[in-house]
Amino acid sequence: MQIVQLISLWLIPSIIAFVLLYGTYKRVPTYEAFVEGGKEGIQIAFSLIPYLVGMLVSIAIFRTSGALDYFIQFVKPLVDPFGLPSEVIPLAIIRPISGTASLGIVTDLIATYGPDSFIGRLASTIQGSTETTLYVLTVYFGAVGIRKMGDALKVGLLADAISFILSFFIVLLIFGR
Amino acid sequence: MVNVIWVMMALVGIVFAALNGTIREVNEAVFQSAKEAVTISIGMISVLVFWLGLMKIAEMSGLLSALARLCKPFVRRLFPEVPANHPALGYILSNMIANMFGLGNAATPLGIKAMEELKKLNGDRDTASRSMVTFLAINTSSITLIPATVISIRMTYHSASPGEIIGTTFVASLFSTIAAIMIDRWFYIRRRKKGG
Repeated sequence: MQIVQLISLWLIPSIIAFVLLYGTYKRVPTYEAFVEGGKEGIQIAFSLIPYLVGMLVSIAIFRTSGALDYFIQFVKPLVDPFGLPSEVIPLAIIRPISGTASLGIVTDLIATYGPDSFIGRLASTIQGSTETTLYVLTVYFGAVGIRKMGDALKVGLLADAISFILSFFIVLLIFGR
Repeated sequence: MVNVIWVMMALVGIVFAALNGTIREVNEAVFQSAKEAVTISIGMISVLVFWLGLMKIAEMSGLLSALARLCKPFVRRLFPEVPANHPALGYILSNMIANMFGLGNAATPLGIKAMEELKKLNGDRDTASRSMVTFLAINTSSITLIPATVISIRMTYHSASPGEIIGTTFVASLFSTIAAIMIDRWFYIRRRKKGG
């Protein structure tokens, strides 16, 4: 399992070195291209602010009022036998529906339990390893005018469920509790 | 859908606070969390600027399209209905590569182009074709190399090692993509048996 942690450590430096070498070899004005692309990053971060403010406030109300705890207590007996922390169940439910809402929940979990806790690592992995199925379906099918989606939704949601369970086992295997 | 969830969380919370006597905490949390959201977004700038800057070099040097060519033989087998050298394959591949590197904004237009081509192949009908379902199955479980946003959140909360989840994320997304492909095949075989 050392290999997975080695990937984590070496992936970014290797990509940086490779992209810079390849860019120089292909005579791309590397520095100017970097600056050009970076501007896009500022835009994305700023446009994220209203989404995140809206979601985090709503989640905070739900959590501090005690409603979230009530919900977690409710699902606890269902997931406890499998060793799943019931705190991540809301994330699993929201993840396929809304990307910003789940990003809000991940932030909330990391803030509450710490980024290096089991829940923090699990939430990070779940958020990163799947896309927002409902959003992708709506945008892609909507853009080209497909009305009958066939099995697409079922396939997407089943894959999300599997990805969630896989994330749990992999985080457990690599980091332990 | 998002609207309903968003409103529900806030309203249920407020009703709960009234019953629980936690309205004071809720008041405090509203402004505290709004502030936190801004801090996190600002914190994301560093990672996003660096990563998207680097990816611009990858795009301009033709590295992304070279990667797409490399993966072509593999992807062709996933879409038996799409003729070799059809432009749809090119768009599907570029979309997958863009998703892999966390370039969501670049991936979406490519994905829509891919869907347009797939629709043409399907005689412009408004029903999803087999290839479309496969494409979306792969897309929604997409393989992730660098989860940039998650890393930046972990940085904001002082993780000892913000990038340590790259490995687990990659492995989880790889296996879930394989699972998605298998589920897609299974549903396809089931449809065929029903004569649909």
